[in-house]
Amino acid sequence: MFDFKVTENAGEVDVVLKGRLDATVAPQLHEEMAKMQGSDIKKVTFDVKELEYIASAGLRVIIFTKQKLGADTQIFMKDVNDDVKQVIEMTGCDNFVTII
Amino acid sequence: MIRIDEYPTHELNGIKYRCGRVQPFGASVVGNSGVNFSIFSSDATYCELLLFHHGVREPFARIPFPEEFRIGNVFSMIVYDLDIEELEYGYCMDGPYDPEHGYRFDRSKILLDPYAKLVSGRNVWGSEPDWEDPFQHRGCVILEDYDWEGDKPLEIPMKDLVIYETHVRSFTKDESSGVRYKGTFAGLLDKIPYLKELGVNCIELLPIFEFDEFENSRVIDGERLYNYWGYSTVCFYAPKAGYAASAPLGLAADELKNLIKQMHKAGIEVMLDVVFNHTAEGNEQGPYISYRGIDNKTYYLLTPDGFYYNFSGCGNTMNCNNAIVRNCILDALRYWVADYHIDGFRFDLASILSRDENGAPMTSPPLLETLAHDAVLGKCKLIAEAWDAGGLYQVGSFPAWGRWAEWNGKYRDCLRKFIKSSAECGPELIWRLKGSPDLYGNRSAEASINFITCHDGFTMYDLVSYNEKHNMANGENNNDGSNDNDSWNCGAEGETDDKEILSLRRRQIKNAAGLLLLSRGIPMILSGDEFANTQYGNNNAYCQDNKISWLDWSRLKENKDIFDFFKTLIAFRSKHPVLRRSDFYTGMNSLGYPEMSFHGSRPWEFDENSPFLAFGFMYVEPAVDYGTRDDSFIYCAVNAYWESVSFELPAIPEGMEWETVAYSGDDRAKYDKNTDNSVTLMPRSLMLLHGHTKRNTRKGGKKDV
Repeated sequence: MFDFKVTENAGEVDVVLKGRLDATVAPQLHEEMAKMQGSDIKKVTFDVKELEYIASAGLRVIIFTKQKLGADTQIFMKDVNDDVKQVIEMTGCDNFVTII
Repeated sequence: MIRIDEYPTHELNGIKYRCGRVQPFGASVVGNSGVNFSIFSSDATYCELLLFHHGVREPFARIPFPEEFRIGNVFSMIVYDLDIEELEYGYCMDGPYDPEHGYRFDRSKILLDPYAKLVSGRNVWGSEPDWEDPFQHRGCVILEDYDWEGDKPLEIPMKDLVIYETHVRSFTKDESSGVRYKGTFAGLLDKIPYLKELGVNCIELLPIFEFDEFENSRVIDGERLYNYWGYSTVCFYAPKAGYAASAPLGLAADELKNLIKQMHKAGIEVMLDVVFNHTAEGNEQGPYISYRGIDNKTYYLLTPDGFYYNFSGCGNTMNCNNAIVRNCILDALRYWVADYHIDGFRFDLASILSRDENGAPMTSPPLLETLAHDAVLGKCKLIAEAWDAGGLYQVGSFPAWGRWAEWNGKYRDCLRKFIKSSAECGPELIWRLKGSPDLYGNRSAEASINFITCHDGFTMYDLVSYNEKHNMANGENNNDGSNDNDSWNCGAEGETDDKEILSLRRRQIKNAAGLLLLSRGIPMILSGDEFANTQYGNNNAYCQDNKISWLDWSRLKENKDIFDFFKTLIAFRSKHPVLRRSDFYTGMNSLGYPEMSFHGSRPWEFDENSPFLAFGFMYVEPAVDYGTRDDSFIYCAVNAYWESVSFELPAIPEGMEWETVAYSGDDRAKYDKNTDNSVTLMPRSLMLLHGHTKRNTRKGGKKDV
């Protein structure tokens, strides 16, 4: 199961991800993130404490978010467990997102 | 806009599909969850697509291609609503089984797509496969939307390359490497600062196309031996999953692309050693993996009675100059350049690529010509290992169309012999230092990839530490590997505590490095040679996944002087374009000197046609010709003799002075610019001197060697 929750406050967006972010559900998150394009977003933080799985499609949503929101928007990922952190490092996704 | 071909027209057991597009071959994502499958077979009478959940033996769907889904010799269909992260796929084909006439169709076999972009089944290196599974190498689908962040192949001029040959796993697998993800693409990332410090600008990776490390695997004395080097391709489009730390998540392609992107950011090109001459399917007794069951007659060179020609020494030979196979190879190379930003290729046993469908060498092989002139490959480097196992040896004569460079085997042989004091090789050495104009006179020194060691044979340390190969660990009774190594152990076979011998070995390694990095042509270094890595005398470690192959990084600290010697020479080469000139210019330059000249113990007195062991060579680099800040004279004294030899230095213009840049000797005898116009080199040593404007007359007196 996958679930996510997006909240925005004064240009700062928190995205809580839970469960398995696989190719079947990634398009839903992708669609939600795409809605932010053109907004004045300064910071996006993915809370991945309860994220169990991320691979190809999920990583692409993170990268897509960075690309669409532009260089002025900082992307953070917090409460990252070891498995997810390794995926981020091994594939170079840490070029797009700062792990905190 | 909604396209009317985005909807299925057929359904089978809940799987929705429609007729696909014939191009591109392989499996390509369509929309959010559709996949277009397309595969060629000229003789198949039946084709079926099999879909699997990841790692599951039984397919969840088998979809026969309806006749209307075949155009010409291509079967294609789009299947919808697939979870591509969980998907694996293969094909079953039927047709005639008549080996004598080249047909080997077998409907019971599940076949890998030759164009699969990722292959699972060997995702974790060395993890024992399920041998009962009839589908060992399973096609996967990837998203081909990598964000390169503006990266592209670097296009460093060929003449400026310093190539560093390495094996992904060997480079960082040992604990001493200190990296996080040992033995993987991600592990290599952590060594980029090291490569930058060394100064190389091109890394050449031993095969990274998907291969099966379990091919011919066996256990000898309790040690499992593998197909470790991987010169036996399973799929030409897929990166070796077992080299990716992230492969279990299907991210091998992303991990490799990130490595290439980061290498490029560091100014380092990435070149691949590619094996198109044969596949992992072996001979008549080999397994059905892919090509054999799809179109045996097309993909392989067959004898008149249907057996496999074996010009590769590995059981079969790809039918490289067949139009279909030629396109397959071209498509693969284009893919690696366009989708992975690969900077160049070194072709294993490339002479096979010049053979016709009967195995005979061609004067103008269509494949080589096609690659030489291809638009997508237009700026990438093409390097041939210009020989094969069938006896074809084309060093200096490989059909090149001005594009192909060659591993210069004659350079290797000559340098090895000279370094161990073979005076007869002296005259030939002159040609080799010049960039081998005797071989490449109608081309340029850029065609000559100069090397003394490579993965195949002794490491540099072993070259000066062993007279004989020691390959018993390979389980072939020491019969494998070359017997002609031109090596010399310096007085004791293998490890010794004799200080004189150890000292001599250090000098010999530096002598080899010095000559290599001061030769015209393109230098290639075997990884680990810069810190005297050893394979303990094994000169054919193709099967050794252990300390024999893994670089021992603790030797870097022990042999810091050797590392510094390499580093100094690479930096010096980088600063002096005269060393990298490639057009065989033989006239005088604007300082009135020959650009490259050879000398005896007295300058300008030298008979380069008679055997010799001691000599000097000098490059003259006028600032006005090369755009450098100052004029430079570059003199290298070489003493391969077993006694000390003195060299009188060539006179250089008023206001200039000589300075020692590097000396392989350990007697601390440096050139004293205040008292000498000569240098004395200890037995078997080499000294590099730089003639430049006197420091105290130059503005600021800044050192610049």
